Amino acid sequence: MDRIDVTNPIVNFLFSLLEDVGKPKAEVAAKRVMERLSGVNIVPHFCRIEDKDLDFYNDFNIIVLGLDSVEARSYINAVACSFLEYDANDNPKEETIKPMVDGGTEGFKGHARVIIPGVTPCFECTIWLFPPQVKFPLCTLAETPRTAAHCIEYAHLIKWDEVHSGKTFDPDNPEHMQWVYTEAVKRAELFGIPGVTYSLTQGVVKNIIPAIASTNAIISAACALETLKIVSGCSKTLSNYMTYNGVEGVHIKVTEFVRDKDCLVCGPGVLIELDTSCTLQKFIDMVKEHPKLQLSKASVTYQGKNLYMQAPPVLEEMTRANLTESLFDLMRRVPSGTVHVTGTTSENGKKTSGVRKLRVAFKGVDGIADMDTAGGA
Amino acid sequence: MINLFKVKAKQRETAENVNGKAPVKKQTAGELRLHKDISELNLPKSCTISFPNGKDDLMNFEVTIRPDEGYYIGGTFLFSFQVPSVYPHEPPKVKCKTKVYHPNIDLEGNVCLNILREDWKPVLNINTVIYGLFHLFTQPNYEDPLNHDAAAVLRDNPKMFESNVRRAMAGGYVGQTFFPRCIS
Repeated sequence: MDRIDVTNPIVNFLFSLLEDVGKPKAEVAAKRVMERLSGVNIVPHFCRIEDKDLDFYNDFNIIVLGLDSVEARSYINAVACSFLEYDANDNPKEETIKPMVDGGTEGFKGHARVIIPGVTPCFECTIWLFPPQVKFPLCTLAETPRTAAHCIEYAHLIKWDEVHSGKTFDPDNPEHMQWVYTEAVKRAELFGIPGVTYSLTQGVVKNIIPAIASTNAIISAACALETLKIVSGCSKTLSNYMTYNGVEGVHIKVTEFVRDKDCLVCGPGVLIELDTSCTLQKFIDMVKEHPKLQLSKASVTYQGKNLYMQAPPVLEEMTRANLTESLFDLMRRVPSGTVHVTGTTSENGKKTSGVRKLRVAFKGVDGIADMDTAGGA
Repeated sequence: MINLFKVKAKQRETAENVNGKAPVKKQTAGELRLHKDISELNLPKSCTISFPNGKDDLMNFEVTIRPDEGYYIGGTFLFSFQVPSVYPHEPPKVKCKTKVYHPNIDLEGNVCLNILREDWKPVLNINTVIYGLFHLFTQPNYEDPLNHDAAAVLRDNPKMFESNVRRAMAGGYVGQTFFPRCIS
Protein backbone atom coordinates (compact mmCIF):
# COMPACT_ATOMS: atom_id res chain seq x y z
CA MET A 1 0.00 0.00 0.00
CA ASP A 2 2.84 2.31 -0.91
CA ARG A 3 2.50 5.86 -2.04
CA ILE A 4 4.74 7.36 -4.71
CA ASP A 5 7.98 8.79 -3.39
CA VAL A 6 10.03 11.47 -5.18
CA THR A 7 12.63 8.86 -6.07
CA ASN A 8 10.14 6.47 -7.73
CA PRO A 9 9.51 8.23 -11.07
CA ILE A 10 13.18 7.90 -11.94
CA VAL A 11 13.00 4.11 -11.96
CA ASN A 12 9.36 3.58 -12.80
CA PHE A 13 8.14 4.88 -16.13
CA LEU A 14 4.50 4.75 -15.03
CA PHE A 15 4.95 7.53 -12.50
CA SER A 16 5.33 11.23 -13.18
CA LEU A 17 7.40 13.46 -10.97
CA LEU A 18 5.14 16.44 -11.52
CA GLU A 19 1.75 14.92 -10.88
CA ASP A 20 2.02 11.72 -8.91
CA VAL A 21 4.20 12.14 -5.84
CA GLY A 22 2.21 11.22 -2.75
CA LYS A 23 -0.49 9.28 -4.61
CA PRO A 24 -1.07 5.54 -4.13
CA LYS A 25 1.23 3.58 -6.46
CA ALA A 26 -1.42 1.00 -7.34
CA GLU A 27 -3.96 3.59 -8.47
CA VAL A 28 -1.54 5.60 -10.59
CA ALA A 29 0.00 2.52 -12.20
CA ALA A 30 -3.43 1.15 -13.11
CA LYS A 31 -4.50 4.47 -14.60
CA ARG A 32 -1.33 4.89 -16.68
CA VAL A 33 -1.43 1.39 -18.14
CA MET A 34 -5.08 1.78 -19.09
CA GLU A 35 -4.32 5.12 -20.75
CA ARG A 36 -1.56 3.57 -22.79
CA LEU A 37 -3.27 0.32 -23.79
CA SER A 38 -6.84 0.27 -24.92
CA GLY A 39 -8.98 -2.70 -23.91
CA VAL A 40 -7.06 -3.32 -20.72
CA ASN A 41 -9.04 -3.30 -17.51
CA ILE A 42 -7.15 -2.99 -14.22
CA VAL A 43 -8.77 -2.66 -10.82
CA PRO A 44 -6.33 -1.20 -8.29
CA HIS A 45 -6.64 -2.03 -4.57
CA PHE A 46 -4.86 0.38 -2.26
CA CYS A 47 -4.61 -1.70 0.90
CA ARG A 48 -2.46 -4.24 2.73
CA ILE A 49 -2.34 -7.72 1.15
CA GLU A 50 -3.46 -9.18 4.49
CA ASP A 51 -6.62 -7.06 4.40
CA LYS A 52 -8.13 -9.09 1.58
CA ASP A 53 -9.88 -12.32 2.56
CA LEU A 54 -9.31 -15.72 0.99
CA ASP A 55 -12.33 -15.41 -1.29
CA PHE A 56 -10.77 -12.34 -2.88
CA TYR A 57 -7.62 -14.27 -3.81
CA ASN A 58 -9.54 -17.37 -4.80
CA ASP A 59 -11.32 -15.36 -7.46
CA PHE A 60 -8.16 -15.06 -9.56
CA ASN A 61 -6.77 -17.64 -12.00
CA ILE A 62 -3.20 -16.65 -11.45
CA ILE A 63 -1.34 -14.45 -8.98
CA VAL A 64 1.63 -12.36 -10.15
CA LEU A 65 3.76 -11.02 -7.30
CA GLY A 66 5.60 -7.73 -7.32
CA LEU A 67 6.42 -7.76 -3.62
CA ASP A 68 9.38 -6.40 -1.71
CA SER A 69 9.90 -8.73 1.23
CA VAL A 70 10.29 -12.33 2.27
CA GLU A 71 7.41 -11.82 4.67
CA ALA A 72 4.91 -10.66 2.04
CA ARG A 73 5.90 -13.44 -0.38
CA SER A 74 5.57 -16.01 2.33
CA TYR A 75 2.09 -14.71 3.12
CA ILE A 76 0.74 -14.80 -0.45
CA ASN A 77 2.38 -18.17 -1.02
CA ALA A 78 0.54 -19.55 2.00
CA VAL A 79 -2.72 -18.09 0.70
CA ALA A 80 -2.28 -19.59 -2.79
CA CYS A 81 -1.25 -22.98 -1.36
CA SER A 82 -4.24 -22.99 0.97
CA PHE A 83 -6.53 -23.57 -2.03
CA LEU A 84 -4.57 -26.66 -3.04
CA GLU A 85 -6.17 -30.05 -2.43
CA TYR A 86 -4.73 -33.54 -2.85
CA ASP A 87 -6.48 -36.74 -3.81
CA ALA A 88 -6.20 -40.03 -1.90
CA ASN A 89 -2.98 -40.86 -3.79
CA ASP A 90 -1.33 -37.59 -2.76
CA ASN A 91 -1.60 -36.15 -6.26
CA PRO A 92 -2.61 -32.50 -6.46
CA LYS A 93 -6.14 -31.91 -7.74
CA GLU A 94 -5.53 -29.83 -10.85
CA GLU A 95 -8.61 -27.69 -10.43
CA THR A 96 -7.38 -26.45 -7.03
CA ILE A 97 -3.98 -25.26 -8.25
CA LYS A 98 -3.42 -21.50 -8.10
CA PRO A 99 -0.25 -20.68 -10.07
CA MET A 100 1.98 -17.79 -9.05
CA VAL A 101 4.63 -15.83 -10.91
CA ASP A 102 7.09 -14.03 -8.65
CA GLY A 103 9.65 -11.41 -9.57
CA GLY A 104 12.06 -9.31 -7.58
CA THR A 105 15.06 -7.04 -8.09
CA GLU A 106 17.88 -5.68 -6.01
CA GLY A 107 20.04 -3.19 -7.83
CA PHE A 108 21.52 -4.96 -10.86
CA LYS A 109 20.28 -8.39 -9.78
CA GLY A 110 16.87 -9.96 -10.12
CA HIS A 111 14.86 -13.13 -10.29
CA ALA A 112 11.68 -14.43 -11.85
CA ARG A 113 10.09 -17.71 -10.92
CA VAL A 114 7.02 -19.77 -11.56
CA ILE A 115 5.32 -21.44 -8.63
CA ILE A 116 2.71 -24.07 -9.39
CA PRO A 117 1.64 -25.30 -5.96
CA GLY A 118 1.75 -29.07 -5.69
CA VAL A 119 3.86 -29.31 -8.89
CA THR A 120 6.87 -27.00 -8.55
CA PRO A 121 8.52 -25.84 -5.30
CA CYS A 122 6.55 -23.23 -3.41
CA PHE A 123 8.14 -20.21 -1.80
CA GLU A 124 8.45 -21.99 1.54
CA CYS A 125 10.16 -25.07 -0.01
CA THR A 126 13.16 -22.92 -0.90
CA ILE A 127 13.06 -20.20 1.74
CA TRP A 128 16.57 -21.26 2.77
CA LEU A 129 17.76 -19.61 -0.47
CA PHE A 130 17.56 -16.22 1.19
CA PRO A 131 20.64 -15.09 3.04
CA PRO A 132 19.89 -13.59 6.44
CA GLN A 133 19.68 -9.83 6.59
CA VAL A 134 22.84 -8.03 7.57
CA LYS A 135 22.48 -6.96 11.19
CA PHE A 136 25.00 -4.99 13.18
CA PRO A 137 25.71 -5.86 16.82
CA LEU A 138 23.90 -3.40 19.11
CA CYS A 139 27.07 -2.79 21.08
CA THR A 140 28.90 -1.72 17.91
CA LEU A 141 26.13 0.78 17.24
CA ALA A 142 26.25 2.02 20.81
CA GLU A 143 29.99 2.10 21.28
CA THR A 144 32.13 1.91 18.19
CA PRO A 145 30.28 3.08 15.06
CA ARG A 146 32.52 2.95 12.00
CA THR A 147 30.16 3.46 9.06
CA ALA A 148 27.30 5.75 8.08
CA ALA A 149 24.96 2.75 8.34
CA HIS A 150 26.04 2.22 11.97
CA CYS A 151 25.06 5.83 12.78
CA ILE A 152 21.66 5.40 11.12
CA GLU A 153 20.93 2.14 12.89
CA TYR A 154 21.94 3.74 16.19
CA ALA A 155 19.36 6.49 15.70
CA HIS A 156 16.76 3.97 14.51
CA LEU A 157 17.22 1.18 17.06
CA ILE A 158 18.61 2.82 20.20
CA LYS A 159 18.08 6.58 20.19
CA TRP A 160 14.45 6.36 19.03
CA ASP A 161 13.42 4.25 22.04
CA GLU A 162 15.37 6.46 24.42
CA VAL A 163 13.55 9.58 23.29
CA HIS A 164 10.12 8.26 22.28
CA SER A 165 9.46 5.77 25.06
CA GLY A 166 6.67 3.44 24.04
CA LYS A 167 6.01 4.98 20.63
CA THR A 168 6.80 2.56 17.81
CA PHE A 169 8.85 3.74 14.87
CA ASP A 170 6.94 3.77 11.58
CA PRO A 171 9.27 3.56 8.55
CA ASP A 172 6.48 4.85 6.29
CA ASN A 173 6.07 8.06 8.29
CA PRO A 174 8.28 10.78 6.72
CA GLU A 175 8.49 12.68 10.04
CA HIS A 176 9.86 9.61 11.77
CA MET A 177 12.36 9.07 8.98
CA GLN A 178 13.44 12.70 9.10
CA TRP A 179 14.00 12.42 12.86
CA VAL A 180 16.17 9.34 12.43
CA TYR A 181 18.11 11.07 9.67
CA THR A 182 18.78 14.17 11.81
CA GLU A 183 19.92 12.07 14.74
CA ALA A 184 22.13 9.95 12.48
CA VAL A 185 23.80 13.10 11.12
CA LYS A 186 24.54 14.29 14.69
CA ARG A 187 26.02 10.93 15.58
CA ALA A 188 28.12 10.82 12.40
CA GLU A 189 29.51 14.28 13.16
CA LEU A 190 30.41 13.19 16.69
CA PHE A 191 32.46 10.28 15.37
CA GLY A 192 33.71 12.03 12.23
CA ILE A 193 31.98 9.58 9.89
CA PRO A 194 30.98 10.84 6.40
CA GLY A 195 28.19 9.70 4.14
CA VAL A 196 24.89 9.93 6.05
CA THR A 197 22.18 11.05 3.62
CA TYR A 198 18.40 10.94 3.74
CA SER A 199 18.17 8.30 1.02
CA LEU A 200 20.81 6.15 2.71
CA THR A 201 18.79 6.47 5.91
CA GLN A 202 15.71 5.19 4.10
CA GLY A 203 17.78 2.46 2.52
CA VAL A 204 19.27 1.21 5.79
CA VAL A 205 16.10 1.47 7.86
CA LYS A 206 13.80 -0.09 5.27
CA ASN A 207 16.52 -2.39 4.01
CA ILE A 208 16.20 -1.04 0.49
CA ILE A 209 18.75 -1.37 -2.25
CA PRO A 210 18.44 1.30 -4.96
CA ALA A 211 16.29 0.14 -7.86
CA ILE A 212 17.68 0.08 -11.39
CA ALA A 213 15.19 0.74 -14.20
CA SER A 214 16.77 -1.73 -16.63
CA THR A 215 16.71 -4.58 -14.09
CA ASN A 216 13.07 -3.87 -13.30
CA ALA A 217 12.21 -3.86 -17.00
CA ILE A 218 13.93 -7.20 -17.65
CA ILE A 219 12.37 -8.91 -14.65
CA SER A 220 8.88 -7.56 -15.26
CA ALA A 221 9.11 -8.64 -18.90
CA ALA A 222 10.10 -12.15 -17.80
CA CYS A 223 7.16 -12.23 -15.36
CA ALA A 224 4.73 -10.98 -17.99
CA LEU A 225 5.94 -13.64 -20.45
CA GLU A 226 5.56 -16.45 -17.92
CA THR A 227 2.09 -15.22 -17.03
CA LEU A 228 1.12 -15.17 -20.70
CA LYS A 229 2.42 -18.73 -21.10
CA ILE A 230 0.39 -19.98 -18.15
CA VAL A 231 -2.79 -18.17 -19.17
CA SER A 232 -2.67 -19.08 -22.86
CA GLY A 233 -0.87 -22.38 -22.72
CA CYS A 234 1.15 -21.23 -25.74
CA SER A 235 4.41 -22.63 -24.42
CA LYS A 236 6.03 -24.50 -21.55
CA THR A 237 6.76 -22.28 -18.57
CA LEU A 238 10.11 -21.53 -17.07
CA SER A 239 11.18 -24.40 -14.87
CA ASN A 240 11.33 -22.90 -12.50
CA TYR A 241 13.65 -20.16 -11.20
CA MET A 242 15.49 -17.63 -13.32
CA THR A 243 18.22 -15.46 -11.92
CA TYR A 244 19.54 -12.38 -13.66
CA ASN A 245 22.79 -10.66 -12.79
CA GLY A 246 23.79 -7.48 -14.60
CA VAL A 247 26.55 -6.36 -12.25
CA GLU A 248 29.31 -7.23 -14.71
CA GLY A 249 28.08 -8.03 -18.19
CA VAL A 250 24.84 -9.98 -18.26
CA HIS A 251 24.40 -13.39 -16.76
CA ILE A 252 21.12 -15.28 -16.83
CA LYS A 253 20.55 -18.76 -15.53
CA VAL A 254 17.53 -20.96 -14.99
CA THR A 255 17.68 -23.42 -12.16
CA GLU A 256 15.16 -26.16 -11.60
CA PHE A 257 14.64 -26.30 -7.88
CA VAL A 258 12.91 -29.31 -6.40
CA ARG A 259 10.01 -29.47 -3.99
CA ASP A 260 10.44 -30.23 -0.34
CA LYS A 261 8.26 -33.34 -0.10
CA ASP A 262 7.56 -32.59 3.55
CA CYS A 263 6.85 -28.90 2.97
CA LEU A 264 4.37 -27.74 5.57
CA VAL A 265 2.81 -25.25 3.19
CA CYS A 266 2.45 -27.02 -0.18
CA GLY A 267 3.07 -30.67 0.70
CA PRO A 268 0.24 -33.21 0.85
CA GLY A 269 0.93 -34.26 4.42
CA VAL A 270 0.15 -37.74 5.67
CA LEU A 271 -3.44 -38.86 5.23
CA ILE A 272 -4.94 -40.42 8.34
CA GLU A 273 -8.44 -41.81 8.69
CA LEU A 274 -9.98 -41.79 12.14
CA ASP A 275 -13.17 -42.80 13.87
CA THR A 276 -15.10 -39.86 15.21
CA SER A 277 -14.75 -41.38 18.69
CA CYS A 278 -10.93 -41.33 18.63
CA THR A 279 -9.61 -39.33 21.59
CA LEU A 280 -6.67 -36.96 21.34
CA GLN A 281 -4.64 -39.33 23.54
CA LYS A 282 -5.38 -42.25 21.20
CA PHE A 283 -4.46 -40.05 18.23
CA ILE A 284 -1.10 -39.17 19.83
CA ASP A 285 -0.43 -42.88 20.46
CA MET A 286 -1.35 -43.65 16.86
CA VAL A 287 1.04 -41.00 15.50
CA LYS A 288 3.82 -42.76 17.39
CA GLU A 289 3.02 -46.12 15.78
CA HIS A 290 2.19 -44.86 12.28
CA PRO A 291 4.83 -46.21 9.87
CA LYS A 292 5.07 -42.94 7.94
CA LEU A 293 5.36 -40.80 11.07
CA GLN A 294 6.73 -42.59 14.14
CA LEU A 295 6.62 -39.37 16.07
CA SER A 296 6.90 -39.78 19.79
CA LYS A 297 6.08 -37.11 22.36
CA ALA A 298 3.73 -35.44 19.92
CA SER A 299 2.29 -31.97 20.43
CA VAL A 300 -0.77 -31.20 18.31
CA THR A 301 -2.01 -27.95 16.80
CA TYR A 302 -5.07 -27.29 14.63
CA GLN A 303 -5.72 -23.95 12.88
CA GLY A 304 -3.77 -21.97 15.43
CA LYS A 305 -5.30 -23.74 18.43
CA ASN A 306 -2.88 -25.75 20.49
CA LEU A 307 -4.73 -28.96 21.29
CA TYR A 308 -1.90 -30.52 23.28
CA MET A 309 1.59 -29.32 24.20
CA GLN A 310 4.17 -31.67 25.72
CA ALA A 311 6.17 -28.75 27.11
CA PRO A 312 6.61 -26.31 28.79
CA PRO A 313 4.76 -27.45 31.94
CA VAL A 314 2.54 -24.35 31.97
CA LEU A 315 1.14 -25.20 28.51
CA GLU A 316 1.01 -28.95 29.18
CA GLU A 317 -1.24 -28.21 32.15
CA MET A 318 -3.48 -25.90 30.13
CA THR A 319 -3.97 -28.45 27.35
CA ARG A 320 -4.02 -31.71 29.35
CA ALA A 321 -7.80 -31.81 29.67
CA ASN A 322 -8.07 -32.14 25.87
CA LEU A 323 -6.43 -35.58 25.91
CA THR A 324 -9.67 -37.32 26.85
CA GLU A 325 -11.77 -35.34 24.36
CA SER A 326 -12.41 -36.73 20.89
CA LEU A 327 -10.33 -35.18 18.15
CA PHE A 328 -13.51 -34.85 16.10
CA ASP A 329 -15.00 -32.52 18.70
CA LEU A 330 -11.72 -30.64 19.15
CA MET A 331 -11.70 -29.99 15.41
CA ARG A 332 -15.24 -28.63 15.69
CA ARG A 333 -16.75 -31.61 13.88
CA VAL A 334 -15.33 -30.94 10.41
CA PRO A 335 -15.29 -33.99 8.09
CA SER A 336 -11.59 -33.48 7.42
CA GLY A 337 -8.86 -31.00 8.18
CA THR A 338 -5.16 -30.33 8.48
CA VAL A 339 -3.46 -30.94 11.79
CA HIS A 340 0.19 -30.25 12.54
CA VAL A 341 2.15 -32.45 14.88
CA THR A 342 5.60 -31.90 16.31
CA GLY A 343 7.61 -34.58 18.02
CA THR A 344 10.75 -36.67 17.84
CA THR A 345 11.59 -39.53 15.52
CA SER A 346 14.53 -41.85 15.86
CA GLU A 347 16.24 -43.13 12.76
CA ASN A 348 19.21 -45.48 13.12
CA GLY A 349 19.39 -44.60 16.80
CA LYS A 350 19.63 -40.88 16.01
CA LYS A 351 16.89 -38.70 17.43
CA THR A 352 15.61 -35.82 15.38
CA SER A 353 12.62 -33.59 15.91
CA GLY A 354 10.29 -32.19 13.34
CA VAL A 355 6.93 -30.79 12.40
CA ARG A 356 4.62 -32.93 10.26
CA LYS A 357 1.46 -32.13 8.44
CA LEU A 358 -1.44 -34.55 8.73
CA ARG A 359 -4.61 -34.66 6.70
CA VAL A 360 -7.14 -36.05 9.10
CA ALA A 361 -10.34 -37.44 7.65
CA PHE A 362 -13.14 -38.80 9.82
CA LYS A 363 -14.78 -42.01 8.73
CA GLY A 364 -18.42 -41.90 7.87
CA VAL A 365 -18.76 -38.13 7.98
CA ASP A 366 -20.10 -36.61 4.80
CA GLY A 367 -19.92 -33.04 3.72
CA ILE A 368 -17.63 -30.64 2.01
CA ALA A 369 -13.94 -30.96 2.58
CA ASP A 370 -12.20 -28.48 4.80
CA MET A 371 -10.84 -25.63 2.70
CA ASP A 372 -7.50 -25.82 4.40
CA THR A 373 -6.60 -29.34 3.35
CA ALA A 374 -3.33 -28.48 1.70
CA GLY A 375 -2.17 -25.12 2.91
CA GLY A 376 -2.68 -25.42 6.60
CA ALA A 377 -0.50 -22.38 6.71
CA MET B 1 -0.32 -27.73 -18.57
CA ILE B 2 -2.95 -26.41 -16.24
CA ASN B 3 -6.42 -25.99 -17.56
CA LEU B 4 -7.41 -22.64 -16.15
CA PHE B 5 -11.01 -22.94 -17.26
CA LYS B 6 -11.39 -26.08 -15.23
CA VAL B 7 -9.83 -24.18 -12.33
CA LYS B 8 -12.34 -21.40 -12.70
CA ALA B 9 -15.27 -23.81 -12.62
CA LYS B 10 -13.98 -25.42 -9.47
CA GLN B 11 -13.57 -22.04 -7.84
CA ARG B 12 -17.18 -21.17 -8.47
CA GLU B 13 -18.17 -24.43 -6.88
CA THR B 14 -16.04 -23.84 -3.77
CA ALA B 15 -17.19 -20.26 -3.51
CA GLU B 16 -20.75 -21.53 -3.32
CA ASN B 17 -19.80 -24.07 -0.71
CA VAL B 18 -17.91 -21.76 1.59
CA ASN B 19 -20.58 -19.11 1.65
CA GLY B 20 -21.40 -18.26 5.22
CA LYS B 21 -18.46 -20.25 6.57
CA ALA B 22 -16.09 -18.48 8.93
CA PRO B 23 -12.68 -17.83 7.34
CA VAL B 24 -10.02 -20.31 8.29
CA LYS B 25 -7.29 -18.92 10.50
CA LYS B 26 -3.98 -19.14 8.71
CA GLN B 27 -1.07 -20.70 10.52
CA THR B 28 2.24 -19.61 9.05
CA ALA B 29 5.27 -21.85 8.62
CA GLY B 30 6.92 -19.59 11.20
CA GLU B 31 4.20 -20.28 13.74
CA LEU B 32 4.56 -24.01 13.18
CA ARG B 33 8.30 -23.89 13.65
CA LEU B 34 7.77 -21.88 16.84
CA HIS B 35 5.23 -24.48 17.98
CA LYS B 36 7.98 -27.06 17.65
CA ASP B 37 10.49 -24.89 19.54
CA ILE B 38 8.06 -24.29 22.39
CA SER B 39 6.92 -27.89 22.65
CA GLU B 40 10.54 -28.95 23.01
CA LEU B 41 11.62 -26.31 25.54
CA ASN B 42 13.92 -27.63 28.17
CA LEU B 43 14.60 -24.80 30.57
CA PRO B 44 16.88 -24.67 33.58
CA LYS B 45 15.12 -24.38 36.96
CA SER B 46 16.05 -20.72 37.15
CA CYS B 47 14.00 -19.85 34.02
CA THR B 48 10.23 -19.88 33.62
CA ILE B 49 8.06 -19.02 30.66
CA SER B 50 4.54 -17.61 30.54
CA PHE B 51 2.03 -16.79 27.82
CA PRO B 52 0.13 -13.60 28.67
CA ASN B 53 -2.28 -14.05 25.74
CA GLY B 54 -3.13 -17.65 26.59
CA LYS B 55 -2.18 -21.03 25.17
CA ASP B 56 -2.88 -20.20 21.53
CA ASP B 57 -0.62 -17.17 21.14
CA LEU B 58 2.91 -18.51 21.15
CA MET B 59 4.30 -15.57 19.16
CA ASN B 60 4.30 -13.32 22.24
CA PHE B 61 5.60 -14.64 25.54
CA GLU B 62 7.60 -13.72 28.60
CA VAL B 63 10.57 -15.38 30.20
CA THR B 64 11.58 -14.84 33.80
CA ILE B 65 15.19 -15.48 34.77
CA ARG B 66 16.28 -15.87 38.39
CA PRO B 67 20.08 -16.26 38.30
CA ASP B 68 21.33 -18.83 40.83
CA GLU B 69 24.96 -17.74 40.74
CA GLY B 70 27.14 -14.74 39.93
CA TYR B 71 26.62 -11.03 40.48
CA TYR B 72 22.89 -11.17 39.87
CA ILE B 73 21.98 -14.01 42.25
CA GLY B 74 18.63 -13.39 43.92
CA GLY B 75 17.33 -11.01 41.25
CA THR B 76 14.28 -11.58 39.07
CA PHE B 77 14.48 -10.39 35.45
CA LEU B 78 11.60 -10.37 33.00
CA PHE B 79 12.12 -10.55 29.23
CA SER B 80 9.47 -10.12 26.54
CA PHE B 81 9.74 -12.14 23.33
CA GLN B 82 8.07 -11.13 20.08
CA VAL B 83 8.46 -13.70 17.33
CA PRO B 84 8.09 -12.46 13.72
CA SER B 85 5.93 -14.36 11.23
CA VAL B 86 9.02 -15.17 9.13
CA TYR B 87 10.67 -16.92 12.09
CA PRO B 88 13.21 -18.59 12.01
CA HIS B 89 14.38 -16.61 8.99
CA GLU B 90 14.44 -13.68 11.40
CA PRO B 91 15.30 -13.90 15.12
CA PRO B 92 12.79 -13.16 17.90
CA LYS B 93 12.75 -9.61 19.24
CA VAL B 94 13.74 -9.69 22.88
CA LYS B 95 13.51 -6.85 25.40
CA CYS B 96 14.38 -6.79 29.08
CA LYS B 97 11.36 -5.44 30.96
CA THR B 98 13.21 -5.15 34.26
CA LYS B 99 15.46 -2.11 34.56
CA VAL B 100 18.87 -3.56 35.22
CA TYR B 101 22.40 -2.32 35.86
CA HIS B 102 24.19 -4.51 33.34
CA PRO B 103 27.00 -3.87 30.82
CA ASN B 104 25.14 -5.68 27.99
CA ILE B 105 21.60 -4.42 28.62
CA ASP B 106 20.77 -0.74 28.32
CA LEU B 107 18.26 1.23 30.39
CA GLU B 108 15.66 0.91 27.58
CA GLY B 109 15.84 -2.88 27.81
CA ASN B 110 17.84 -3.43 24.60
CA VAL B 111 19.94 -6.55 24.90
CA CYS B 112 23.33 -7.01 23.24
CA LEU B 113 23.45 -10.73 22.62
CA ASN B 114 25.12 -11.83 19.39
CA ILE B 115 22.64 -14.60 18.58
CA LEU B 116 19.77 -12.10 18.70
CA ARG B 117 21.25 -10.07 15.85
CA GLU B 118 24.39 -10.56 13.81
CA ASP B 119 24.92 -14.25 14.64
CA TRP B 120 21.29 -15.42 14.42
CA LYS B 121 20.88 -18.60 12.34
CA PRO B 122 17.67 -20.46 11.57
CA VAL B 123 19.10 -23.58 13.25
CA LEU B 124 19.08 -21.74 16.58
CA ASN B 125 15.86 -21.80 18.58
CA ILE B 126 14.04 -20.28 21.53
CA ASN B 127 15.86 -22.56 23.94
CA THR B 128 19.27 -21.31 22.75
CA VAL B 129 18.16 -17.70 23.10
CA ILE B 130 16.96 -18.25 26.68
CA TYR B 131 20.24 -19.96 27.56
CA GLY B 132 22.06 -17.02 25.97
CA LEU B 133 20.15 -14.57 28.14
CA PHE B 134 20.82 -16.68 31.23
CA HIS B 135 24.50 -16.63 30.33
CA LEU B 136 24.50 -12.81 30.28
CA PHE B 137 23.72 -12.83 34.00
CA THR B 138 26.36 -15.36 34.95
CA GLN B 139 29.01 -13.89 32.62
CA PRO B 140 28.42 -10.18 32.02
CA ASN B 141 30.83 -9.02 29.37
CA TYR B 142 32.50 -5.61 29.47
CA GLU B 143 33.92 -5.98 25.96
CA ASP B 144 30.58 -5.54 24.19
CA PRO B 145 28.93 -2.82 26.24
CA LEU B 146 25.52 -1.26 25.81
CA ASN B 147 25.66 0.37 29.23
CA HIS B 148 29.06 1.99 28.94
CA ASP B 149 29.35 3.06 32.61
CA ALA B 150 28.50 -0.36 33.96
CA ALA B 151 31.02 -1.96 31.58
CA ALA B 152 33.80 0.39 32.65
CA VAL B 153 33.16 -0.33 36.32
CA LEU B 154 33.09 -4.09 35.73
CA ARG B 155 36.40 -3.89 33.87
CA ASP B 156 38.23 -1.56 36.26
CA ASN B 157 36.73 -2.37 39.61
CA PRO B 158 34.80 -5.64 39.87
CA LYS B 159 34.26 -5.18 43.64
CA MET B 160 32.53 -1.88 43.03
CA PHE B 161 30.56 -3.42 40.16
CA GLU B 162 29.32 -6.08 42.53
CA SER B 163 28.18 -3.52 45.09
CA ASN B 164 26.54 -1.40 42.36
CA VAL B 165 24.61 -4.47 41.17
CA ARG B 166 23.49 -5.26 44.73
CA ARG B 167 22.39 -1.65 45.24
CA ALA B 168 20.47 -1.55 41.95
CA MET B 169 18.75 -4.88 42.60
CA ALA B 170 17.75 -3.87 46.15
CA GLY B 171 16.11 -0.77 44.68
CA GLY B 172 18.28 2.34 44.65
CA TYR B 173 20.45 4.74 42.74
CA VAL B 174 23.64 3.95 40.86
CA GLY B 175 24.99 7.35 39.84
CA GLN B 176 22.01 9.34 38.57
CA THR B 177 19.92 6.34 37.63
CA PHE B 178 17.26 4.80 39.82
CA PHE B 179 16.66 1.05 39.60
CA PRO B 180 13.45 -0.44 41.01
CA ARG B 181 13.84 -3.37 43.39
CA CYS B 182 14.02 -6.77 41.68
CA ILE B 183 14.90 -9.04 44.59
CA SER B 184 12.03 -11.03 46.02
